[in-house]
Amino acid sequence: MFYREAGDFKTSYRDDGQTFPIAFDRWRYYFVLLVGFVGIPLVLTEYTANAVMIPFLIWAIVAIGLNILTGYCGQVSLGTGGFMAVGAYAAYKIMTAAPELNILFVVLLSGGVTAAVGMLFGLPSLRIKGFYLAVATLAAQFFLVWLFNRVPWFYNNSASGQITAPERSILGMAVTGPQAGAVPKYLFCLVILFALAWLARNLTRGRLGRSWMAIRDMDIAAEIIGVNPLRAKLSAFAISSFFVGVGGALFFTVYLGAVEVGEAFGINKSFLALFMIIIGGLGSIFGSFAGAAFMVLMPVLLKNLMVDTLSWPTAIAAHFEFMIVGALIVFFLVVEPHGLAALWRTAKEKLRLWPFPH
Amino acid sequence: MSPTFLYTLEVILNGLMAGVMYALVALGFVLIFKASGIFNYAQGVMALFAALTLVGIQQGQVPFAHLINAVFGTEVRDFGWTVPTLLAILLALGVMVLFAWAVNALVLRHLVNQAPIILFMATIGLAYFMEGLGDLMWGSDLKTLDVGLPSGGSFWLEDVTRGWAAEGADYYGMYIDLLDVWATVIAVALVAALMLFSQYTRTGRALRAVADDHQAALSVGISLRVIWVIVWSIAGFVALVAGIMWGAKLGVQFSLSLIALKALPVLMLGGFTSIPGAIVGGLIIGVGEKLFEFSVGPLIGGATENWFAYVLALLFLVFRPQGLFGERIIERV
Repeated sequence: MFYREAGDFKTSYRDDGQTFPIAFDRWRYYFVLLVGFVGIPLVLTEYTANAVMIPFLIWAIVAIGLNILTGYCGQVSLGTGGFMAVGAYAAYKIMTAAPELNILFVVLLSGGVTAAVGMLFGLPSLRIKGFYLAVATLAAQFFLVWLFNRVPWFYNNSASGQITAPERSILGMAVTGPQAGAVPKYLFCLVILFALAWLARNLTRGRLGRSWMAIRDMDIAAEIIGVNPLRAKLSAFAISSFFVGVGGALFFTVYLGAVEVGEAFGINKSFLALFMIIIGGLGSIFGSFAGAAFMVLMPVLLKNLMVDTLSWPTAIAAHFEFMIVGALIVFFLVVEPHGLAALWRTAKEKLRLWPFPH
Repeated sequence: MSPTFLYTLEVILNGLMAGVMYALVALGFVLIFKASGIFNYAQGVMALFAALTLVGIQQGQVPFAHLINAVFGTEVRDFGWTVPTLLAILLALGVMVLFAWAVNALVLRHLVNQAPIILFMATIGLAYFMEGLGDLMWGSDLKTLDVGLPSGGSFWLEDVTRGWAAEGADYYGMYIDLLDVWATVIAVALVAALMLFSQYTRTGRALRAVADDHQAALSVGISLRVIWVIVWSIAGFVALVAGIMWGAKLGVQFSLSLIALKALPVLMLGGFTSIPGAIVGGLIIGVGEKLFEFSVGPLIGGATENWFAYVLALLFLVFRPQGLFGERIIERV
């Protein structure tokens, strides 16, 4: 009843093209921001922050990044884990080489390094397409993980082969290292996520985003109408890798603190990110959030249910988790191949007509 | 002959045989891809599942024993009998056929006309599901698979090759695993059987017709649904063979499912649509990665086998985007 364009007059082109054309959506958006920035930090506990909120925020960044490449530009990538590792190791090298540098710039710089690496591995995409490209990105995954495992320079010759994040703070509050509190970590990730999501939303509806979508829908046709495939594909790889790199840097510095590359950034992480954008919805920023929330929350809930409530052994719970994740992915693809975002769109369409649908 | 030459020869031989093992997995991919255009990521997990089922049946394990024990507090483990190997293989094959039918009825039928990438993701979901199911049914501990194939080095070959080396050279003969030799023999037999099947039987011809053109095949009265179940069953059989060979070599465990990842560069190299391509690709990758590890590996830290295959395949692809033997990709606007 309240969810209508009616009565919400647009007086400029700017108003007409805004992300949330319906007043209710705008208020909901401000409400979500308010809850995210003020409400949640008030009630945040150590456990919810580390088990749910921080992984969700970081994975949302990664999912948006992968969605730019796969959902918007149509280039399937299975190298997400490798690019996250680049972000993490870049952050480590920068943090240890320049201890004075603010952690925010460290994270952004790591994203930049990852963007460069991503462009390098994106070069074959100009010639290889479809499945062949998906498998080719696996080269990035395995090569990068091997590189960080084998070349001691990357982990500063530490005996364990691990990298550990030193303590860094923003505005006097520690956000990395063992002393960091839940709220500063959460807010730090949230601010970055907010900025990047805003950037992604505006990129994807501008000239660049449209050229990506043209390439996705049919690259030859796009080339004929004047989209430069080199620029479109490489920019998609660069920007996507930037997001994934920032996510990887946060994953290492803020979330895990200490990382062993094969375990933290293995091929499973690539698949996890891919599942997020499939379940959430390809080519949708909201879908990236929904998918990340789903894939982060579900294992936590399942574990709570099976291990804590039914008190089954953890091994069985882990096997069930595999089965449920797999079955859910198949279920989603069968029922709604466009993901949670499509369900959300349908719900909004219905809501606009409610309570008089005819 | 100098020892270096003999070492290189040994590496090449071992590489060829490793390549055959990769080709065994890649074969299953190609079969399904040709017949239904589905890139079946679950092929590796199917091999794991088949091997797990085989071991489980052979040793008379109770399926879902862990789950039953956890829920009902019982202590069941096995039935107390062992099944002869051949019978167990047949039973495992039956399970794979059942599985092929279930996949088609529950998943693929509902995904007709979806984009290839959606189908690919569905098989990733399938892989996860089967991994969980296999572990839940048979337990996740490392199992040894013994189907009566010989393994270990061949003393005869060691003695013969030691004689080849120059007098007084520091060389102790070639080490070649008998299991690999058997795998090669079985793989050759399997490919020959598949060729004969697709050339000389009615079903085989139908399979080739479907691979050539779905609509034309439909119009002459070939049922796609039946064909798909058959193709998935054959792929299940290939997975069983691959699972037996890999399982006998490495033991039946979770990491067996990762052999799918080794088969992917083989496919890229050979082309997704060509059975000879899968074999040649396997051989090139097998020899390539063993030689690279042997010659360059020690200089740059070793364990290059993890990524070398992919980089090699990538290099090939840059010059030939459809793989060595793949059908030419024709794009129209």
